[in-house]
Amino acid sequence: MKEKSPLSLVTRIGRSLGGGTMGTLTLLLVSLWVVFALVIGERFFSVNTLQSMAFQMPELGILSLAMMLALLSGGLNLSIIATANLTGLTIAFVLTRTVPGSEGMAWVGWQLLAIAAGFGVAGLIGLVNGYVIAYLGVSPILATLGTMTLCKGIAIGLTRGNVISGFPDPIIFIGNGTIFGVPFALVVFALCAVPVAILLNATPFGAKVYMIGSNEKATRYSGVDTRAVLLRLYVYSSLLAGVAALVMMARFNSANAAYGESYLLVTILAAVLGGVDPFGGFGKVGGLILALVILQMISSAFNLLNLSQFLTLAIWGGILIAVAAVPHLRALLRR
Amino acid sequence: MPDSLKAPSVKAALARFRRSHEFWLLAVILVLCAGLGAANPQFLTMQNLFDLLTSYAFVGILALGLLVVLIAGGIDISFTATASVAQYVALVIANAYGANWFSLFAMAIGTGVALGAVNALFVQKLRIPSIIVSVATLNIFYGLLIFVTGGKYIYSLPDWFATGIFWFEFDWGPTSSYGVNLQILILGIGFLVTWLLLNRTNIGRQVYAMGGNPDAAQRLGFHTFRLNMLVYCYMGAMAGAASLVQAQLAQSVAPTVLVGKELDVVAAVVLGGASLAGGVGTVLGTFLGLALLAVLQNGLILLGVSSYWSPLFVGLVILISVSVTAWSQRERRARRVRA
Repeated sequence: MKEKSPLSLVTRIGRSLGGGTMGTLTLLLVSLWVVFALVIGERFFSVNTLQSMAFQMPELGILSLAMMLALLSGGLNLSIIATANLTGLTIAFVLTRTVPGSEGMAWVGWQLLAIAAGFGVAGLIGLVNGYVIAYLGVSPILATLGTMTLCKGIAIGLTRGNVISGFPDPIIFIGNGTIFGVPFALVVFALCAVPVAILLNATPFGAKVYMIGSNEKATRYSGVDTRAVLLRLYVYSSLLAGVAALVMMARFNSANAAYGESYLLVTILAAVLGGVDPFGGFGKVGGLILALVILQMISSAFNLLNLSQFLTLAIWGGILIAVAAVPHLRALLRR
Repeated sequence: MPDSLKAPSVKAALARFRRSHEFWLLAVILVLCAGLGAANPQFLTMQNLFDLLTSYAFVGILALGLLVVLIAGGIDISFTATASVAQYVALVIANAYGANWFSLFAMAIGTGVALGAVNALFVQKLRIPSIIVSVATLNIFYGLLIFVTGGKYIYSLPDWFATGIFWFEFDWGPTSSYGVNLQILILGIGFLVTWLLLNRTNIGRQVYAMGGNPDAAQRLGFHTFRLNMLVYCYMGAMAGAASLVQAQLAQSVAPTVLVGKELDVVAAVVLGGASLAGGVGTVLGTFLGLALLAVLQNGLILLGVSSYWSPLFVGLVILISVSVTAWSQRERRARRVRA
């Protein structure tokens, strides 16, 4: 018993950090930071670099949160980008119709109405996803593949592939403004990540999501209304995509049916890198944030080194394989 | 199911077919074709049929490779990147050193097989789930390709390749003549080989068994490593062949246009009834899934609907089809429980 206790302590600490992935990711983050600091030098620590990193991360971050929710339940949400674009277009459409004045209550109210309309659309898509997955029993990858194509179809059909642009200042501030030097988009990301973390780790709903991800049938037989939980989960996932839409359209000052399509598989990459089990049941918001910082740091560093963004993509893929292989390699070493 | 449950009589076989996913798919396609044929006489012409086969050959060949991977219980979405690499490698070498049809296809398929083997090694040796591996390798293959080539298009192709082939030419009416072009030829060979592999070989039987229950397959003594290797290499080979078909059709090598189309292929295969859980799927189903998408998109254009709206209808069809399938499966299960 005596010689066992230090080991169990280590495993316990490891578990509380997210089952070893957090340790691996922290190690990776620190070593990458040291390497980039040595190679790039001072420029890597400049305010500009840090700020541009903080501007770029939130979009992918919020979308990854949306993907993570679905992944935790053992599902997948391929429709997040299409949802975001349709939401963005809805907000943009309302905003650019009739803006009453350029300040005052009506002006603010109209903007809030536009955003509300966008979230209404996002919520509706979430309801369709949730209903088809939870109540009709369609596999999530197929259901969301369908809604993805459908949403994209509506967006392309209505806009004919054109861009809607020209938004009032408060909207643009969401994507480009700073508060005490901190990009507002990063604040929005924090305002998403913290509630999601609390929802997952400190509420019965979160516990049910993890249980469904581990074993849906057992969860249902233990008296949980798994269908209601899944429905809610996909609505939340859609709403997060809606927040991402707001940040994205504000940053580009425009909305389009095809923005950010290359993000779709990258959100899976980020979530899985952050320790989210692609078959559900395991994963923490903290791990996802670490993964996002790692991905963003590589991207920014390569940018400073004038290396191609496509090389960044390749390195991201390589890191995903390396991190995913760690548990198996560790088991091999132990043997 | 392949012929493992072959019924003693044709009648029983027909009765079983009538309950199958493929039957409903076929019925929907026939209704769609009849309606479209009545609405626009151009739809049911030889010209349109050949055009459809030619333009959907790329997706179709990839769908066949993906079908085999899905049946084996895995998934691969890196095939568009594999195809981009194979296309580039084969045609750059052909331009530099010369090649013929045989060596060109050997190079493209060889590149595809090599990249497929990389996927299989990661899945099998490092025990990483195939969805993670293929998301990662999609980025690795594609990122490195664009990094090395700078994403430059190639417009000058060997003359014999640009000309293509036109076999079994025959005349139909006074003005039109038809023949088998490269796209249709490779698509046909792809269907034949995949059907033979899955239904007429021992290996095909083992692939179904492994996808249905990997643990049982391993305990029965199947070489799951070799089987998986074969499956992912087959997907790679199909991606290699499809890439040349696409390059010949587009008359150029475009490294950036293929990636992003992987979900179109997934849609065709799962519409055809293949399960993402493994062990289920047929070549006929895949053909019908592909045909449904092709007829739908082509029909909308012939009806004068702007092509901007076509994803909307495709999305609706996918959503309705998977919902109805899931619903009818649940009904059947419920009936069995009651009985």
